[in-house]
Amino acid sequence: MSPRRSYPHRSVRESGQRGVPALIAAPALVAFAFLLLPLAALLVRAPWRGLGRLLSESDVLTALRLSLECATAATIAALVFGVPLAWVLARMRFPGLGLVRALVTLPLVLPPVVGGIALLLALGRNGIVGRHLDEWFGITLPFTTAGVIVAETFVAMPFLIVTVEGALRTADRDIEEAAVTLGASRLTVFRRITLPAIGPSLVAGSILCWARALGEFGATITFAGNLPGTTQTMPLAIYEAFEHDPEAAIALSLVLLLVAVIVLVALRDKWLRGPASL
Amino acid sequence: MTDPITASLEPVAAPTRVASTLTMTASVQRGTFRLDVDVTVEPGEVLGVIGPNGSGKTTLLRALAGLTPITDGRITLGDQILDSVQPAAFVAPEQRPIGFVFQNYRLFPHLNVRDNVAFAPRCRKAGRKQSRLIADHWLHRLRLADLAERKPAQLSGGQAQRVALARSLAADPGLLLLDEPLAALDARTKLEIRAELRRHLTEFPGATLLVTHDPLEAMVMADRLIVIEDGRIVQHGDPASVARRPATQYVARLVGLNLYRGTLGSYGRIILRDNAGTLVTTRHLPADDPPPGPVLVAIRPTAIAVHTARPDHSSPRNIWAGMVTGLELLTDRVRAQVTGRPSALVDLTPDAVAELDLVEGSEVWLSAKATDLDVYTDPQ
Repeated sequence: MSPRRSYPHRSVRESGQRGVPALIAAPALVAFAFLLLPLAALLVRAPWRGLGRLLSESDVLTALRLSLECATAATIAALVFGVPLAWVLARMRFPGLGLVRALVTLPLVLPPVVGGIALLLALGRNGIVGRHLDEWFGITLPFTTAGVIVAETFVAMPFLIVTVEGALRTADRDIEEAAVTLGASRLTVFRRITLPAIGPSLVAGSILCWARALGEFGATITFAGNLPGTTQTMPLAIYEAFEHDPEAAIALSLVLLLVAVIVLVALRDKWLRGPASL
Repeated sequence: MTDPITASLEPVAAPTRVASTLTMTASVQRGTFRLDVDVTVEPGEVLGVIGPNGSGKTTLLRALAGLTPITDGRITLGDQILDSVQPAAFVAPEQRPIGFVFQNYRLFPHLNVRDNVAFAPRCRKAGRKQSRLIADHWLHRLRLADLAERKPAQLSGGQAQRVALARSLAADPGLLLLDEPLAALDARTKLEIRAELRRHLTEFPGATLLVTHDPLEAMVMADRLIVIEDGRIVQHGDPASVARRPATQYVARLVGLNLYRGTLGSYGRIILRDNAGTLVTTRHLPADDPPPGPVLVAIRPTAIAVHTARPDHSSPRNIWAGMVTGLELLTDRVRAQVTGRPSALVDLTPDAVAELDLVEGSEVWLSAKATDLDVYTDPQ
């Protein structure tokens, strides 16, 4: 008798892992090709020879720098305001908490262009809040670089909040309690116990937030417009370039693709492996 | 004090606190559950707290630590009021001079052993260097010096337990709270750590509360014992007398005794509660006897004999019928569960079980000598 006979379950499972059923393999392959093909096309059609010239145009560098700066500023804003909100959502108990959580995550599913219009109605020159900002403080957000940051923060902050909230929720409250019995103040507990515990999620959430802000298009163009040097970020520059200089658009796209790949690698290697990497 | 390391570190971690008495006369109401306790623990004394799950043992420790505020009464440690309802006073948990050793240790996973132990001194505003010295002192005392750089995940259960103890002691507490400190250990490690923990508790100058559900642990480590059931203290005393004369079924089961509640009448006749039959006890010297009234009767499972026919000509004065409803093999004997009036646990040798041909469902007769009944006044 072969030993395999005596372990029927194991042999069945082994054979099940060897071959993927055609019914699953075929659509899986289609999906994979579908996701990869456009990226391949981008690389195939890229004007590699003129790339240096196309990318050294001052407009490109301006747009790239603006994109990086605004995405970073939006991420910082999200950290400063979003992490406390995540803490409240994860740790506080009050009536209507579920509704608050749903509203916070709404921008995740809301079409960004709708977000842009909503921002205009709220913070625009005639918006319900923007009117007073203008009257009382002389602050105007739409069609300014600050407006870009506002639009990106609106769209990207929920990514950070959701990630950090999840981490805070699963973080071990028991060790925080142990820290308290050892004489740690609330601030010390947060700094020395909670923060290290959610560190990986904080980084992952920040990277997700930053990447989302970098690619923001709809809310930005609606709320902040498309003014080169002031509000024209990379996605907007690509869109505009595509209408009169497709090669430049492809070159710009390559830059964002590169950034995306870097982000992905950073996430994969360090922070997206799950709790085992702790 | 020949050890140079110990000698040089001694002044650093010498107890700075004056050991003081803990008194707690308080209630904690949580939803429908209510804990009512009145305890005093002297400096250097270890009070064992035993009771079934959900009886309020952990709530008691949490109230002392300030993690669960009391809803009535007062907790004081020496002159200091830790928690009081009338007049209102509450010392926040991080301000209390306590050390809390949790059941699952709750070590900080991202800090190494030394930083875990140095955590409390750091919180108490000792400098980095001073904190390290204090930590090293306790690591040395608990034989953990070699593990100082390890992360908690790299420790065995026994090591983690010692780190948890070191971390609490490094806080220089006036009151030490231990919540089932050995429950997470395997049997062999438990034996080693128990002896060691006992030594450290003996050296600890302050009051200690040790929650456990292991009667042996309580016997070995506690100076005094309270039994909590359903939020109330149902028995207190030194561990040996609690074990010998349990006041509740819970403790009786823990220490392996049959316990019956009844009323002692004349001629040593005891009418058991819940229509569980009658037992007869001998009359001792008058001083030994409890007065007629509510009593408890404890009978060792080995003191009860099993017969297949009614034993007519034997001397025992307690004879009653029953049916075997369970047989369990213990290490060197068989414990039979016999349902009858009263029901009883009976210990037999495996030979006797075979000889009597006992199986579940066997009809048997039980007998117990009147002198083997321990009859004492029901404290409740």
